[in-house]
Amino acid sequence: MSLMANRRPHWRTSGTPWVWLTAGTVAFSLILVLGVLGMVGYQGIIHFWPSSVVQISLKGNQGTALGEVAGSENVSVARLRDQGVQTPEGMSQVERLLLKTGNRKIYGFDFKWFNETDYDDLSLPPDVAVIEREEWGNFYGFLVGLKFDGQILKGERGQLELKLSEMMARRYEIKEKILRVEKSEMGALNYQMDKIRLERRKLELDQVPGSDPRFADLDFRVSELEEQYIVLGESLRELNQMIDRDSIEMITTQGEPVILDVKDLVRVYFPNNMNIFQKFAHYFAKLWEFITDDPREANTEGGIFPAIFGTVAMVLLMAVLVTPFGVVAAIYLNEYAAQGALTKIIRIAVNNLAGVPSVVYGVFGLGFFVYFLGGTIDSLFFEANAPAPVFGTPGLMWSSLTLALLTVPVVIVSTEEGLTRIPRSIREGSLALGATKAETLWRTVLPMATPAMMTGLILAVARAAGEVAPLMMVGVVKLAPALPVDGNFPFIHLDRKFMHMGFHIYDVGFQSPNVEAARPLVYATSFLLIILIISLNMTAIKIRNSLREKYNATET
Amino acid sequence: MQPKRDDTQGPNGLNNFSATPSVKVDVEKRSCEVSSLSEQEACLQVENMNFYYGDVKALNNINITIPERKVTAFIGPSGCGKSTLIRIFNRMNDLIDGTRLEGSVRLRGTEIYDPDLNVADLRRRVGMVFQKPNPFPKSIYENVAYGLRIQGINNRATLNATVEKALKGAALWEEAKDRLHENALSLSGGQQQRLVIARAIAIEPEVLLLDEPASALDPISTLKIEELIYELKSKYTIVIVTHNMQQAARVSDYTAFMYLGDLIEYDDTKKLFSTPSIKQTEDYITGRYG
Repeated sequence: MSLMANRRPHWRTSGTPWVWLTAGTVAFSLILVLGVLGMVGYQGIIHFWPSSVVQISLKGNQGTALGEVAGSENVSVARLRDQGVQTPEGMSQVERLLLKTGNRKIYGFDFKWFNETDYDDLSLPPDVAVIEREEWGNFYGFLVGLKFDGQILKGERGQLELKLSEMMARRYEIKEKILRVEKSEMGALNYQMDKIRLERRKLELDQVPGSDPRFADLDFRVSELEEQYIVLGESLRELNQMIDRDSIEMITTQGEPVILDVKDLVRVYFPNNMNIFQKFAHYFAKLWEFITDDPREANTEGGIFPAIFGTVAMVLLMAVLVTPFGVVAAIYLNEYAAQGALTKIIRIAVNNLAGVPSVVYGVFGLGFFVYFLGGTIDSLFFEANAPAPVFGTPGLMWSSLTLALLTVPVVIVSTEEGLTRIPRSIREGSLALGATKAETLWRTVLPMATPAMMTGLILAVARAAGEVAPLMMVGVVKLAPALPVDGNFPFIHLDRKFMHMGFHIYDVGFQSPNVEAARPLVYATSFLLIILIISLNMTAIKIRNSLREKYNATET
Repeated sequence: MQPKRDDTQGPNGLNNFSATPSVKVDVEKRSCEVSSLSEQEACLQVENMNFYYGDVKALNNINITIPERKVTAFIGPSGCGKSTLIRIFNRMNDLIDGTRLEGSVRLRGTEIYDPDLNVADLRRRVGMVFQKPNPFPKSIYENVAYGLRIQGINNRATLNATVEKALKGAALWEEAKDRLHENALSLSGGQQQRLVIARAIAIEPEVLLLDEPASALDPISTLKIEELIYELKSKYTIVIVTHNMQQAARVSDYTAFMYLGDLIEYDDTKKLFSTPSIKQTEDYITGRYG
């Protein structure tokens, strides 16, 4: 018996429970991560699918209601009674349905709950139209007529639909022209006008007398621009007239007639009548709009392109700022500084810097970068703009700098790690060939430490891309009028405020007037932010791995 | 205690010698000037030299003259100071904080520890090969060209010619000529060590210091390195540190035996190994201790 006990190890000493414990922990973490990705991804991805529109007929001759099913839940009868709702006897639970009824202009709300007990049947009317508009949210109703070039068309739905798609195509075309005139051409004129205004102000500040020929030159340039402006205004009016001619006639499910101007329509579709291919086409069109378009309706509709652009621009600029700074600091600390109590304290300080709450960096960025540095720059170089600030106000530059400061400890620590990991024998080999310390550093040590620097950069990017709190103070806004990069000289405008996906999520999810409508967008934006960060990281990791392969000596 | 006799004794070879203080060192009897050496042209001259790591004295009153174009070997148990001594010749010990030297070390009359001396220039004149092969993670070609590029030589033709000559000099040309632009780390250990020698002789130093160049290699690679040393001594003054007495006997013209920071005996290799004049040397080479 004792022999047997000796031969077979006790289950505890065998280590089996330990293996199970460790594996379980890994599995649990994995499930959590996959759960987050799955939930956010699913909710974000299904949002763009065209869901069917249901019609319910309400009891007691209250007519019908029309809308997309946005959710349903079971409520206890007691709760409904507390709210004063009549419920039949013998039921403990009532199912209720949340419909996105749209037509906010008529009803005053987008969403409404309907109790199971309040309606009879549920149907999918085949010719119901969903109309996405520039403002006032979706419209749900039935198409009855069109006004095309002043002609009124009524008749069969098939014909109307055909004509409608023609009208919409023309509308997109004209709208694009209008946008071009308004945004790029008129925008450029405005930009130049503003430049001239600043030049004039500068001359006035320099106390140049009014008789100076430079003033006349400026006046001439202004008059030239104004002429161009008038021409553009004329063409804009023509375009607007063209787009104003068309309208469509709809009726709501309650039978109210509504006239909608075609210029306000973004998209018209008939979800209950779409086949699977049309649904896919619609899905990808919506997805494309989400990624490439500007937001509409207080960010609850349309795309998030400015936010994607702002996030990427800010992270890239941060990377450009933080890498040289962190690497150079690490080189000094590791290679040149005498290793003693002082360097030890500096290292501890650097490590602790990484633990400071990010919002504190935001406060610092606002106080130091924006008000002090920016204010100084303004008073030195942008006197003509006063009192309007240029750099003395939150902007892209200060956001990137603040985040660079936030992430510089990570770069310093990992670069130092890389430098210490380079074998002494390599340095000695280089020195023994008559290289100086600086030559050894540049030709051998630093190239071999590049994978470590990339690791630092990867960690820095991962941290910076997800940061929101400090950015709210130093440059991110809910809606930026222009991208930080455009066609006006000097093309990159570091002083501009920008949009950011992290802040966008917060803003749409919690600051929106229409929370219910915005919720899917919160998921979609979150999912896109995750994808963006992953792809930024993957790129960096790929670069690092190729560097590692090249200098594989450091990994032994 | 049994001496280690195998050729492949590694750097971590156990050696408890320093823990046996029963052997008494007779400092008075130490003879460092060999009559036959005085006729030779002196390359490196060390006079009354003491060396300290912080407060610890590592080398004690060393006097030695190393002749031109000969192979001089340093033998002795671990911790005897032979590596420290060889690293003095190209001031590699400068890299260690808190080292201090007293006395005089001269390379062809130039004081090595002159504070005004350009250390990089010195190291160009005194090449060094280390115990473990340490090629840079670059191509074979770039490894050999490294020293030249440091000197600002970037002319393709010059580099090509020098790389070929150095690789031939290190007996690596035949193996490496078709893969010059492959990573040097893809070479075997023995090839890497010859590459490092090629790298050192590419800048044509006056002295070549070899710090246990074969201790990390297998017997065949060791043999190749030893043959190479024999070839190289016609052009360079070679100083070699080795753990391995057979190796010292095979490759060197002169041998110095060191023990606990003292230079015990220095003589013609044949004489030192056949009829050592000091008992301690005899004990060591006959394997009575160490």
